[in-house]
Amino acid sequence: MRATVLVRPKPGILDPQGQAVESSLRELGFSVGDARVGRVVDLEVEARDPASARAEVERMCEQLLTNPLIESYEIELPS
Amino acid sequence: MTGRPRIAVVTFPGSNDDRDALDALEQLGATAVPVWHGDERLPDVAAVILPGGFSYGDYLRCGAIARFSPAMKAIAEFAAGGGLVLGICNGFQILCEAGLLPGALRPNASLSFLCRDVGLRVERVDTPFTARCEPGQHLSIPIKHGEGCWFVDAALLAELESRRQIVLRYEQNPNGSVSDVAGVCNESGNVMGLMPHPEHAVDPLLGSTDGALILRALIAAAREASPTLASAAV
Repeated sequence: MRATVLVRPKPGILDPQGQAVESSLRELGFSVGDARVGRVVDLEVEARDPASARAEVERMCEQLLTNPLIESYEIELPS
Repeated sequence: MTGRPRIAVVTFPGSNDDRDALDALEQLGATAVPVWHGDERLPDVAAVILPGGFSYGDYLRCGAIARFSPAMKAIAEFAAGGGLVLGICNGFQILCEAGLLPGALRPNASLSFLCRDVGLRVERVDTPFTARCEPGQHLSIPIKHGEGCWFVDAALLAELESRRQIVLRYEQNPNGSVSDVAGVCNESGNVMGLMPHPEHAVDPLLGSTDGALILRALIAAAREASPTLASAAV
């Protein structure tokens, strides 16, 4: 089963990458604000159903894919 | 001052300051013992240094992969038993990811890789790493990192302050680190991490010998912790 994990810097965490992207976009003439840069992890998970896949990916997030002190995550699975 | 305590320096794939750490330890009076990250057991040593570098290419997050190296399990047990562990730069990042030290290290606020001497203030001298410093002493030690912006939230910072776990602060914050923190220790004080590189500041030819204050303190504490050496010294 295909799973996607979206990893984001938590609100309030300084995100210099987001700031750099935002200022570059502004230089290109786009009116943007509050850009934040995270990470996407695409995975193939062996699981019987979406619920067990989600539980499995949550464990991956807690053990390796994210650092809960500085990052939040969202898991996307086929509905 | 008798006997050379044995101190391990762990090499991960991508470590690049391991040899400088080994050389500095030998120069300052220890027997430096190289350890490969794949070793499941630590040799007979009285302290462990996790050196600087870019373990596993800094993939995912700095230190996030290295913390699963077989040697890290042995190091966590060594630390839990009161063993002395010093993490320098990438070693600090690994100790944070492993949960042996509080906080996480994020990209520098400037996004620039910083490589220069920085001024530090010693906040605490009753640790095995700073016992040779004076309270509030100024140290000049180089940094060289892209991700040295140490982060904890306000609640955790207040806890760490009340337990006096902040050991070193930058005099002028180079990287956006919370509360100017350059080095922290664990609650019992036997594990410390810092972004500056004491092993690069042990020879007058390189501009400063302030790093030797930290490494000599570690060596002295390691000597005390070595049963055979400590009894020989009496």
